Amino acid sequence: MATNYETFEYDVLVIGAGGAGLRAAIEASAAGVKVGLICKSLLGKAHTVMAEGGMAAAMGNVDDRDNWRVHFADTMRGGQYVNNWRMAELHAKEAPERVHELEAWGAVFDRTKDGKILQRNFGGHRYPRLAHVGDRTGLELIRTLQDHGIHQGIAVHMEHTVVTLLKDGDRVVGALGYDRERGRFKIFKAGAVVMATGGIGRAFKITSNSWEYTGDGQSLAYDAGAELMDMEFVQFHPTGMIWPPSVMGLLVTEAVRGEGGVLRNKDGKRFMFDDIPDNYKPQTATDPEEGWRYTQGDKNAKRPPELLTRDHVARCINREVKAGRGSPHGGVFLDIAWIKEKLPNAAEHIKRKLPSMYHQFKQLADLDITQEPMEIGPTTHYIMGGIRVNGDSQMSNVPGLFAAGEAAAGLHGANRLGGNSLSDLIVFGKRAGEFAAKFAKEHGAGRINEAQVEEAARRALEPFDRGAKAGGNAEGPYQVQHDLQEMMQSLVGIVRREDEMARALDGIGKLSQRAGQVAVFGHREYNPGWHTALDLKNLLTVSEAITRSAIERKESRGGHFREDFPNKDAADGKVNVVVRKNSDGTMNVRRETIPDLPAELKQVIEEMK
Amino acid sequence: MKTVTFRIWRGDAGGGKFTDYTTDVSEGMVVLDVVHKIQATQANDLACRWNCKAGKCGSCSAEINGIPRLMCMTRMNTLPTDQPVTLEPMRAFPNIRDLTTDVSWNFRVKTKIKKFNPRKPDAPDGTWRMQQADVDRVQEFRKCIECFLCQDVCHVLRDHHKHDEFIGPRFLVYTAALEMHPLDTEDRLPELKQAQGIGFCNITKCCTKVCPENITITDNAIIPLKERVVDDFYDPLGWLWKKLRPKV
Ligand code: SF4
Ligand code: SF4
Ligand code: FES
Repeated sequence: MATNYETFEYDVLVIGAGGAGLRAAIEASAAGVKVGLICKSLLGKAHTVMAEGGMAAAMGNVDDRDNWRVHFADTMRGGQYVNNWRMAELHAKEAPERVHELEAWGAVFDRTKDGKILQRNFGGHRYPRLAHVGDRTGLELIRTLQDHGIHQGIAVHMEHTVVTLLKDGDRVVGALGYDRERGRFKIFKAGAVVMATGGIGRAFKITSNSWEYTGDGQSLAYDAGAELMDMEFVQFHPTGMIWPPSVMGLLVTEAVRGEGGVLRNKDGKRFMFDDIPDNYKPQTATDPEEGWRYTQGDKNAKRPPELLTRDHVARCINREVKAGRGSPHGGVFLDIAWIKEKLPNAAEHIKRKLPSMYHQFKQLADLDITQEPMEIGPTTHYIMGGIRVNGDSQMSNVPGLFAAGEAAAGLHGANRLGGNSLSDLIVFGKRAGEFAAKFAKEHGAGRINEAQVEEAARRALEPFDRGAKAGGNAEGPYQVQHDLQEMMQSLVGIVRREDEMARALDGIGKLSQRAGQVAVFGHREYNPGWHTALDLKNLLTVSEAITRSAIERKESRGGHFREDFPNKDAADGKVNVVVRKNSDGTMNVRRETIPDLPAELKQVIEEMK
Repeated sequence: MKTVTFRIWRGDAGGGKFTDYTTDVSEGMVVLDVVHKIQATQANDLACRWNCKAGKCGSCSAEINGIPRLMCMTRMNTLPTDQPVTLEPMRAFPNIRDLTTDVSWNFRVKTKIKKFNPRKPDAPDGTWRMQQADVDRVQEFRKCIECFLCQDVCHVLRDHHKHDEFIGPRFLVYTAALEMHPLDTEDRLPELKQAQGIGFCNITKCCTKVCPENITITDNAIIPLKERVVDDFYDPLGWLWKKLRPKV
């Protein structure tokens, strides 16, 4: 009987405790409702800590020409105009207030000479716009929210994982999860649920994401009837570490390029000058000298091509490597050490501006970035797509189910600008929390369906049953996960083709069958093999959604590049690809026309061209 | 490629023992890589915590050859491999399973420290002005990744189990960050002296030595706090005056 499980009752249940989840929880509890927060790890360890560069907010502290209209236009241009424009508008308008709020909660940003919050340059942002703390802005964000949130009466469930969302008719009314420590199931009843579970990076072999990012939120929402949108748009960050192998994929912040770092191939050539897309030409430096001046704050200079959007830079690197002009370990060189030609005390300057990067290379690769170039290559970093939500309220098509942060789709369109993620978390985390609290107050608690709970719990324990039956012979979860990652990396990666993706779909089918047979040994207490077995289903669902959406979009745009359709297509540029679960369990793919921009926003885009 | 033996603690709160695992190690590997390899091939159920693999989340704390360190930042080529590498959980906290410990005490301690309480915004735009020089010191403390290695090494907690009377170096750093924040107006010194037990610290500096973020815990955080506590005790009015005076 489901009544045997420990049950918690909340008005709002937030799943995920990175920046978006914490911000949602804080907002909901400030609205006076009872809030539960589920973290897959310990509190304060989520992937948000890895964000280095900063959070974009048009405060205009460094360049007073900046305002929400420029930020909005930059975000739309970066997203290649398939963004949810309402989200892009709200984000640009509300980010400054959210950043100031963090300061009021204790965040300590770097300062300008006149004592305001300092802002730095970043790819795709016209003016210096990223509020930052050295290169550990994500840590500052999460710690500030954590330290504020622990005094708000939020109930925190650390090291818990949700296995299914519980429904009452159409509506989501809670979740079933387990704690890692003991492996016990728990029921979380809730008037509204906010999904803030982050990304899907573990579907790929080379990724900057940790073990947690297995597409849980997207997959759980999908199973509960929610629509996923833009899943073909995966961001491959151009600069991940590639050597030594054990750190492959680990992020090297874009701030390295923002501070003057340049990309070179093995011949020492700055290849980024070779291919500058037309729509970015007016804003890009014509020679290295101008690019350098830009990084040093010259307002009349234009940005170096290294700071073009991430999708473009990643493809240029891919091109150099494929053409045989790569570095010894299959990447290219990122060089910040060269600035010693320009600055006295360059080594000190680099250490002060990029302390974690200095530390990271020194300790993990035995390399001093103030003296030598780094070797880097693209790494799976972020998914622009996710749960389809209403731009104002962040509610999905399933009543009571909200989403925010990376788990939600819309703000970033086909490609996310660096720095727009941390601001996304606080702007839409707040909105999701606010509207979830409102929904919960208006609708009250729902009814938990015990049969659904029993069925989900039974299925979650199947890997143990198989382990007990099979003895030592059955396959464990790690090999299946590994094979999926290899396959997604090679067949649905940076450069895609119809035939390869068809093979990937086939492969996903076979891997799903294997996943359904994996066996787990040992006890339920803190058993990583079991957790991996449960995460597999989520990984497979998002992999299928990515692949089917990528097949559907027969053009190249943003993070989605098709070798067989290398150009943009005007008709495809007017739609989003949306998937949802058919009643027979298969995946339905459809095109959804993007609503017209209101005249006012259209004009903003025109003005900023 | 080298072959290494790892002697890993397998057990839980009820007890356990060290088990040897032998595996190959290739160039550039860190201890956490070896643990993952053992987990994937020889011991699927070996419990450990990790997230970032980059020394930024503070999840993978353990004792490597008896020294509290981050597994993800300890390169194999810095360890002697002609003898087994011992790997065990932090010993100042109760063992959950294998390399994981129950660190919930730390989260409880933090909630008891009075939260940030800023003065009223005083710039015309409704925010504050602060100079970089004024925030530098606080930023050092805010680098903390909450790995709790300093808590693990501190004899007051580890050997004397004063968890109820002493908050430990991590939370002295946290308190220092709040107390030295240019905008903060709260007074945390009475608790620091009483319930939080700053007097237990006898400045051995072991915490500073293990901090992976190189925070100068003792010199920059604990000693200045101790001085404030002493000042406060002998000269409460003088302290109050300092606290209320604008800091910018
Ligand atoms: S200096 Fe103080 S806090 Fe640090 S380890 Fe020694 S006694 Fe503990
Ligand atoms: S002060 Fe240093 S050792 Fe202590 S928890 Fe923070 S980062 Fe870890
Ligand atoms: S895994 Fe994050 S600090 Fe080691």
